Amino acid sequence: MAGASSALESKRPMGKATRDAFGRALEALGADHPDIVVVDADVSNSTRTEWFGKKHPDRFFNIGIAESNLVGIAGGLASCGKTPVIASFACFIMCNGYDQLRMAVAYPGLNVKVVGTHAGISIGEDGASQMGIEDVSLACSLPGFVVIVPADEASAKAATKAMIDHKGPVYLRLGRPDVPKIYEDEKSFQIGKANEVRKGKDVTIVANGLMVASALDAADILAGEGIDARVIDMHTVKPIDRDALAKAAKETGALVVAEEHLAHGGLGSVVAMTVAELTPVPIRYVNVGDRFGESGTPEGLLEKFGLTAENVAKAVREVVKAKKR
Amino acid sequence: MQLTNPTKRTPDFRKGVAVAEQRLEKLLDIAKQIRVNILKSTTEAGSGHPSSSLSATEVVTALYFGGFLRYDAKNPHWPDRDRFVLSKGHAAPVLYAAMAEAGFFPREELMTLRKLGSPLEGHPNMAKLGGVEASTGSLGQGLSIGVGQALGARVDKKDYRVYVMTGDGELGEGQVWEAAASAAKYNLDNLTCIVDRNHFQQTGAAEEVLNMDPIDGKFAAFGWHTITINGNDMGEVVQALERGRAHKGQPVCIVSLTHKGQGILPLLEKLGDMNYHGKPLPPKYLDEALALVK
Repeated sequence: MAGASSALESKRPMGKATRDAFGRALEALGADHPDIVVVDADVSNSTRTEWFGKKHPDRFFNIGIAESNLVGIAGGLASCGKTPVIASFACFIMCNGYDQLRMAVAYPGLNVKVVGTHAGISIGEDGASQMGIEDVSLACSLPGFVVIVPADEASAKAATKAMIDHKGPVYLRLGRPDVPKIYEDEKSFQIGKANEVRKGKDVTIVANGLMVASALDAADILAGEGIDARVIDMHTVKPIDRDALAKAAKETGALVVAEEHLAHGGLGSVVAMTVAELTPVPIRYVNVGDRFGESGTPEGLLEKFGLTAENVAKAVREVVKAKKR
Repeated sequence: MQLTNPTKRTPDFRKGVAVAEQRLEKLLDIAKQIRVNILKSTTEAGSGHPSSSLSATEVVTALYFGGFLRYDAKNPHWPDRDRFVLSKGHAAPVLYAAMAEAGFFPREELMTLRKLGSPLEGHPNMAKLGGVEASTGSLGQGLSIGVGQALGARVDKKDYRVYVMTGDGELGEGQVWEAAASAAKYNLDNLTCIVDRNHFQQTGAAEEVLNMDPIDGKFAAFGWHTITINGNDMGEVVQALERGRAHKGQPVCIVSLTHKGQGILPLLEKLGDMNYHGKPLPPKYLDEALALVK
């Protein structure tokens, strides 16, 4: 049935992967932004920065498989007034480059754009070592960083432009597979401002990344059961849209947070912290939990780890019951 | 004291550019004042790394006052300035001491070292103090930042130079070698790395903790031009920096053989601690130390 499984099997019209949208957007932005310099740790054909590199070879440096050095070099370039964009797999740039992100980027507050592709378990067969499932938590722990998790092609394109326009460090989280389209165009993206992508009054599903599609599919399932679910695309995890969360909690009285990330430190943690302060309501969570991924098909993994529309719907049913108690 | 290091001094070194006596005397005078600044500020702070700062004094003095670094102390963010990255951030007192003498801030401000609200933090913080070119203190990172700055000069077609100073113990950090390889890939001849080879690190002799010798051989193997000097000899330091600046087509590594605590070695001997890592002189020894460096 429609929406019973993962976002990758959704009946919604499919768009390109968010990494592809980023790659094309960056390539285009290069023309009007001579300050952009891209540094690669030999994965540019995966992260799609190769498209920028081919068009602007004098502003593209492949420094080899060395993420720590990658981040340090970006800090040095930013200190000279450049706008460095560095991209690698989310787990490698965040985990291998973390001390450097802390010292050479966050602490001095430099204008470095950090892009983690292949985030989440939906990369599939390559397995746990390649899956960034803690990157949002780590990025949120860097003081001053903006953390963005776009849901689809159009928003990833818009997020790339917003990231370049923003002055200061940004982490942009992107996925490997093609994902369903959520937006018709790029107009609705603004850093720090959540998008209500479906109206509803009984409960709010707060999601980002490919889980926005699953949240919408879940809302379709729930509509058939008389539950009117609001869906919010919380593409910016930091700074979180406090107003949207307060409004959702107040108006719908219950939340489900869905993300392709560990339970600890991701969107769920940030939403819980915010809602507990502003308008405490029951919350349930759909995420990877406290475990590593494994090899398998992207669809099979998302099913196994419960990142499906049906599982989001199940969490909604639970939280709606809790609300009524 | 003997310099104990299997790394051979660069042969025929004295055949380099002769350093005018007058210029040397001026630099030696400033070095004395910088050592005074280091000792006074760390004793006043009650913490810090004076011995790690003293070893690097000749190099830092020559960089700031020997005509090597281009800077404008009144306009520290001048885009065309040369950059000096102190990767061994715990030696911040020597950086601050030189910056005060160069006019970045009044000498009196050195006495606020490590105090709440002071821009002179325990380790350099570029966000708080103009003229500091990198926030350092987590070892192993400065050379990457220097590579980024040297690449920045290339992208912008500017002629500024980048100097990075690392420690010798710091070479245990793998990132240094990632950076060394990348600097060689891009033939960054606007980049000079000075290794302050002061022979000690936190818990003991550098070659006993983790032997990185031969340091010059390692950098050479990565594609760098290397020069090895007695880094506590101002004449050798000036000549090495001149030769490094003139070298084209490769990044340059100056292995600067020094003594940790240079200037107050007799006092450290008396105190029975030739490493004297990460602690200031107690006030009762300050006068004796100042007499030694003057």
